[in-house]
Amino acid sequence: MSLLFDAVLCLLLLAGALGVVATGAARAAVIAFIGYGLLLGLAWVRLAAVDVALTEIAIGSGISGVVLLRCVRALPATPKAPAPNPLLRPLAAMVSIAIAVALGAAVLALPEPAPSRAADVATALPATDLGNPVTGVLLVFRALDTLLEKVVLLLSLVGVWALSRDPACRGRPDPLSLEPAPAPSAFLARVLAPVGVLVGLYLLWAGADHPGGAFQSGAVLAAMGLLLVMGDQIRIPATQNRGLRLMLLAGPFGFLAVGFAGWATAGVFLGYPPGAEKAVIIAVEVAITLSIAVTLGLIVLGPPAGEERS
Amino acid sequence: MSLLASAFTLVFVAAGIGFFAAGTLGLVRLPGTLSRIHALTKADNVGLALIVLGLLPQAASVLDAAKMVAIWLLAQLASGAVAQVMAEAVMAEATLAEAKDAGDAAPPEESRP
Amino acid sequence: MADLLFAAATLLLLLAAAGLASLWWAGNDLDRMLAVQLLGAAGIAVLLLLTPAMGDSSLLDTALLLALLAALAACAYRAAFGPTRPKAGRPPAAPRP
Repeated sequence: MSLLFDAVLCLLLLAGALGVVATGAARAAVIAFIGYGLLLGLAWVRLAAVDVALTEIAIGSGISGVVLLRCVRALPATPKAPAPNPLLRPLAAMVSIAIAVALGAAVLALPEPAPSRAADVATALPATDLGNPVTGVLLVFRALDTLLEKVVLLLSLVGVWALSRDPACRGRPDPLSLEPAPAPSAFLARVLAPVGVLVGLYLLWAGADHPGGAFQSGAVLAAMGLLLVMGDQIRIPATQNRGLRLMLLAGPFGFLAVGFAGWATAGVFLGYPPGAEKAVIIAVEVAITLSIAVTLGLIVLGPPAGEERS
Repeated sequence: MSLLASAFTLVFVAAGIGFFAAGTLGLVRLPGTLSRIHALTKADNVGLALIVLGLLPQAASVLDAAKMVAIWLLAQLASGAVAQVMAEAVMAEATLAEAKDAGDAAPPEESRP
Repeated sequence: MADLLFAAATLLLLLAAAGLASLWWAGNDLDRMLAVQLLGAAGIAVLLLLTPAMGDSSLLDTALLLALLAALAACAYRAAFGPTRPKAGRPPAAPRP
């Protein structure tokens, strides 16, 4: 019976992907993409990757929906671009099909059983005091990847801010809505945001032993911040604010500092002090969560509009 | 005992799916966006409530059962507020169209050449 | 029992997909947003059904997150595409001569 469910889910995913691509209008395509992200979350659950499912639901159907809806608003209603070359569409379809076939062939060509380090992780996990192997891999066994990922996230914000007209990236990003928030949106923000912040902190706390963790928590907190902005409950922060910039840097540089301290305490870069592993890991996770939340929120809000003249 | 719990689950989950089906039918068949919002929020909340109620005996622990009830409450709150947001969008669009009609009927003086 | 729960989840998924498909061709963008909300509600129910069926209680957290973030899309839609209200006393669109 579970096979039938998986088959239906796969067919719906294909139909959703076709819907996103085949819908002519940009707005409808974005709405389809939000629904597609939701189905993808279900697919990750069926693959027993609950950590990924949480991320997909938070990013795929939450935050990227906000970004894409904003992009559609910024587009002109009737594009002035000339009609594309008639050869372009079949060519794009052929390239896409070729990539899909190649990926399918690669998956089918995997040796049976697939190569895995899962057993190594399971034997080494007790040393970290963590219960969730995904958090163990992210923050201990492959900590270098996670550190670089945080730096990449910061760099993507730098990329967004580089579009600012102000050379020093001061001022507030443009508002999400052109008019004051309607009463229902304000109500939604007031009621839902406190619950959402609680859920975000819960995911951070649960991440040590159950699915969840810094990225999921940061994404939820960023989404709640955006909800408050859309409901006119908080003002978009000015980007020259020193506290804000310190929050952006806390994750990557805090992690880097712990990494260098690892040489002194554990004799290796990114090593944790013996005996206090879990406490340090949790401190790093809190700093990373803060940075992820602020960075994701600011990426969605866009480049700052320059210093206000008063 | 376990048989009784299973029967309870099946009856309530089936009833919940029935409400989901009614909500979907209403969403598809009712005319006008406002009445569709009505069908969606009413039927889906009851449907979700019945499914949660039916699944309570299957919960692994009391904490899980409490979490399921919390999820239903959160969904109830969110979908009620979302219905208001969507309905406000419909109403604002209608008001705008009305104002536009009035504006077309009597063009303003200052824009005449 | 697990088989029956999977069957119920399949049924819900098909129902939501049917609603989505029929509104997709018939309605405007607001109706499509409503259909996505229906898919979100069905997704919560499906995740709740999968929790005992797969025997993994951490799936409840995904349902919690879905219940929380389903509202975000509607709010973002309203913020991005909400019609701007005409200013009081002035007609919204001045016809060009």
